[in-house]
Amino acid sequence: MDALGRHWKKIALAVIFVISLFVPFFVQNNYFLGVIILGYIWAIATYGLNILLGYTGQLSLGHAGFFGIGAYTVGVLTVGYEFPFWPSLLIAVIASSVLGFLIGIFALRTRNEYFAIFTLGVGFVIYLVIERWEGLTGGALGLIGVPYPEGIGPIQFDGPGSLYYLILGFLILTIYIAWSIANSLVGRSFMAIRNSEELAAATGINVGRAKQLAFAISTGVAGLAGGLYATYIGFLGPAIVNVPTTFEILLYLLVGGMGSLSGPLVGAFLVTTLFQFLQQFEAYRLVILGPLVVIIIIFFPKGLAGLWHAAETRIRKRMNKNPAPDESSESAKEEAR
Amino acid sequence: MLLTTKNLGITFGGLKAVNEVDFEVERGTVAAIIGPNGAGKSTFFNLISGFHKPTTGTVTLDGEDLTNLPAHKTVRSGMARTFQTTNLFMEDTVLDNLIVGHRVRTKSNIFDAILRTPRLRREEKESRERAMESLAFAGVDRLAERTVGSISQEAQKRVSIALALATEPKILLLDEPAAGVNNEETEGLATLIRKLVEHEYTVCLVEHKMSMVMGLADKIMVLHHGEKIAEGEPKEVASNEAVIEAYLGAEEEDDA
Repeated sequence: MDALGRHWKKIALAVIFVISLFVPFFVQNNYFLGVIILGYIWAIATYGLNILLGYTGQLSLGHAGFFGIGAYTVGVLTVGYEFPFWPSLLIAVIASSVLGFLIGIFALRTRNEYFAIFTLGVGFVIYLVIERWEGLTGGALGLIGVPYPEGIGPIQFDGPGSLYYLILGFLILTIYIAWSIANSLVGRSFMAIRNSEELAAATGINVGRAKQLAFAISTGVAGLAGGLYATYIGFLGPAIVNVPTTFEILLYLLVGGMGSLSGPLVGAFLVTTLFQFLQQFEAYRLVILGPLVVIIIIFFPKGLAGLWHAAETRIRKRMNKNPAPDESSESAKEEAR
Repeated sequence: MLLTTKNLGITFGGLKAVNEVDFEVERGTVAAIIGPNGAGKSTFFNLISGFHKPTTGTVTLDGEDLTNLPAHKTVRSGMARTFQTTNLFMEDTVLDNLIVGHRVRTKSNIFDAILRTPRLRREEKESRERAMESLAFAGVDRLAERTVGSISQEAQKRVSIALALATEPKILLLDEPAAGVNNEETEGLATLIRKLVEHEYTVCLVEHKMSMVMGLADKIMVLHHGEKIAEGEPKEVASNEAVIEAYLGAEEEDDA
């Protein structure tokens, strides 16, 4: 039964992967392709937040700031200093990660809601600096003309189609990194901290250092998403760095399911797409969104991934009912919790 | 002596929660710390295991000075502890809760994780094996795949002792290991503690249940208002006037 379940998952993954490869052929309309590409970029940013919030249990509200550091590093280097894209992206990831690490030294001295407020402040300060430092970032006018990436060998990045594959590649890389962390002793240390900092320390985990590592990874991934955003959109304005962006990313994670591997992708993809379709409602979108968040937090605290998991357990229980009484009684107990 | 404290004390805003306590635990024995509520027992544990920094005195484990080490470093030096509330992650399986226990003896880092290096694979395997061994030792290996939330209180207590064992400790500090379980189960846990000592572990426990302590401990220290008021074999302590007044008397009143 277990083997069957695992195979089933592999098959589903393969199908999704193949579909994702052919998307640009189905979707000839550049607008829709753009919606999907942006969904991928926000999914990458959400994976970053998931490592800190989902795995380690630390709510950072400065995530958009680090997304912005990544985006503006690429923007300033390519537009202002005519740097090539690839080294700029690398510098963007390193810069946002190192900055996250350094800020973490101070921010992680606070806990829980204080940490959330502290990072909210950090995010806002990053926004202010970007908005006011006109000489470097173009201020409120922003940066125009961030170039597409240079081609690698025969591959040229000259339009949404090729950029789609580039960003899909980075998304898969990000998912792989998230998976490999979750399935390692490093990830287990993160989750032990989420569960109980005291118990984690009593098992010999350096709680402070592990949190800081999680923070640096999380901000580095946010920076990667920012850098990709810069090259894809080609224009950067300070609004994208501001606090509401953080809450949008948080919403993606809540909808998808904190701490799960599929959650960030599902949440980011679904909500960004939904946003696009609700665009005609403009500010009223928030009226729909607000109650949605409340409903999710109250009734589905583990998001869609949690809902899916519960359904899966139920189906398994039903399928197991006859042949293996032992197993079924166990899953029944599991469900009774 | 495996564990020694000298003049160990801590002051919280003028209150001497633990006041200059000298204490020793011999290798391969069970030592118990008892005392009325608020006597400073848990604080004493927190001082030994690095959760609080002492204001006075020293802590030595197996010849190594641990006085100002943070908690996670005392674990590396061989100190393991459990908490009154088990703090385990209810939604994960017992085994998943335990694998991280061996983390302190491993070296693989984030790059090992991403590159899936042989070192990571080896250490994952070691941690898993160590977790299963510890569960088997504590008599709960058959529950490995169950979620912690679905097993009994007593089993959870055993799992948290197994988690402490997974860190490969020299000494186990058990904070009220029998809190919240019935008499029969308490006896089972006492048997487990005896088994620990038979396998050359050293145990130091804080416990409220006098019956358990009397039959189990080689040595008892009594704390009252943060001070050591008596120390010795269970019989000596039980007949000590100051102890009867401070602790046993109070307990009888409570029970009545």
